[in-house]
Amino acid sequence: MSSVTTKEISIGDVGARAALAEEGSERMALNVGPSHPTTHGVLRLMMELNGDLIEKCEPVLGYLHRGDEKIAENMTYNQFVPYTDRLDYLAPLANNVAYALTVENLAGVRVPERCEAIRVIICEMARISSHLLGMGVFGMDAGAWTPFMYTFTEREKLYTLFEELTGARFTTSYTRIGGVARDVPEGWLDRVLKFCEELPKATDEVEKLLTRNRIFIDRTEGIGEISASDAIAYGLTGPNLRACGVDLDLRKDKPYSGYDKYDFDVPIGTRGDCYDRYLVRIEEVRQSLRIIKQAIADFPGGAWYAEDAKKIFAPPKEKILSSMEELIQNFMIVTEGPQIPAGETYFEAENPKGALGFYLVSKGGGVPYRLKIRAPSFCNLSILEKLAPGHMLADITVILGSLDFVMGECDR
Amino acid sequence: MIDEDFIKELLSKHAFLNLNHQTDYLTLDCPAEDIVEFAKCLRDEETFDLLVDLTAIDHGTDADERFSVVLHLYSRIHRNYLRIHSSCGSESESPQFPSLSEIFPAANWHERETYDMFGIIFTDHPNMKRILMWDEYPYFPLRKEFPLAGIETDLPADDVVEVTQAEVEPAPMMGGPFVAAEQGFMSESEPRAKDESWTEKKEKPV
Repeated sequence: MSSVTTKEISIGDVGARAALAEEGSERMALNVGPSHPTTHGVLRLMMELNGDLIEKCEPVLGYLHRGDEKIAENMTYNQFVPYTDRLDYLAPLANNVAYALTVENLAGVRVPERCEAIRVIICEMARISSHLLGMGVFGMDAGAWTPFMYTFTEREKLYTLFEELTGARFTTSYTRIGGVARDVPEGWLDRVLKFCEELPKATDEVEKLLTRNRIFIDRTEGIGEISASDAIAYGLTGPNLRACGVDLDLRKDKPYSGYDKYDFDVPIGTRGDCYDRYLVRIEEVRQSLRIIKQAIADFPGGAWYAEDAKKIFAPPKEKILSSMEELIQNFMIVTEGPQIPAGETYFEAENPKGALGFYLVSKGGGVPYRLKIRAPSFCNLSILEKLAPGHMLADITVILGSLDFVMGECDR
Repeated sequence: MIDEDFIKELLSKHAFLNLNHQTDYLTLDCPAEDIVEFAKCLRDEETFDLLVDLTAIDHGTDADERFSVVLHLYSRIHRNYLRIHSSCGSESESPQFPSLSEIFPAANWHERETYDMFGIIFTDHPNMKRILMWDEYPYFPLRKEFPLAGIETDLPADDVVEVTQAEVEPAPMMGGPFVAAEQGFMSESEPRAKDESWTEKKEKPV
């Protein structure tokens, strides 16, 4: 190939050479990432452009691969909880809950109502936190900086609440198999309620800044349209699927952790474009607030962990230090891991990014034989190869922002 | 509803299926040669149109049929999952399995990941290459004989040995920390990954 007419621009590294452009054409290979503000993490896109028009887009992943599934096979069930924090690191609490529910499903453990309510509250708080960030950076991707400041301030308040509950702002590791790490602190629910009262003010501000903003609408409406059939074929879940008009929310369709007790609506979109995905998210924040308020108003008393699951849940510290039986129980669970019967189970939870699934195969004992993590971001991103061609290069920013993925979960 | 009648009808329609008794969802054993046709039927006739997950299990190096592929499908009508187990046969080094990416585009990436982790080659897959590990990576890390810290080599990297106590090589830093060349054409001097690792002891090249 002596007469190379393909122009090449590289952002990040030169791997775009692999994306061969036709000889003699004016097509250009463009590489974005793996470290680029648009890609929200370490995603790399190899694109072929015709002028400003994207003709081909190939996502390259794996830059954040840590082998979580291999790690899971080498440690006890409770030891893996911190690793779930690092999947979707914008909603660690929701991951913790999804993982705990999977193992409990296989063990046949049912946690008490109080624990279920705690889990619902933290899941919805995680959803709010994730959506706030998602909407904020989406606005930023579309050129509107200000909303991010509002959403980030609110998210900070949530993180203070998380810290009070779990001891950590970011890597919460809050659930245990058969319960949670500790009961809710005194007065914490009131502070959550107070936050719920204040948040609508901020979301209204964001809506004022974005929803009827001419520039924002011009940049997002009709961009990145996904048809309902495509969305299903590519395995999209979560707000991205619902924005396409598909009414699938596992909290309604396969209720877990007592979600069937709460009254809430599932917003769905009509066109499946970037604008719809934004609208669905902002409405989901409001619905999450509804759920939290109901859960707090109806907050059950009683035990906050499965007391009868003696081989699975280590008892609270004060009991360990005062009773021989509990001391032995704690020792066995810490050294051998929670004893889970042989079998297999699949569980999906409706996480902020979509359906986070765990496929767990156990041969008995305290260590999983195989744990597959079905990451919603991974599936949601797979449509990009089909979605991006035909759009302008400037639209890729908006499309990526609207898909709201997290690479920690995508690459695992 | 997935009830006795539904299962009975499904089993009678497809003679190759076997019921696999699991406690959570309907689980079927399907031979690999029939999987494409069966998946198509599930999608078009039985409303299981959402492929949520596709993965594999390694049953261990001494198992007769070492690898099996596991699919999870979801039906919005039944509001339930369906699981399919399908063995890849007795081949343990480079097992093969028919690709479902024609029927479920979602399977495309899942199959690439399964290939990446287990080395199961999906025949007729449009783009059968690694997705999480880098292209030149020689192993299939989720196979049971693969050690957690990696395969030991004769010439391990000292700093990795010091930290992990495993005599292994580190992963290449392709796409890792970036360095920029000081001279040359601009397209050449953009910050880029250098395929080299550096630590506190070994300075970052300038």
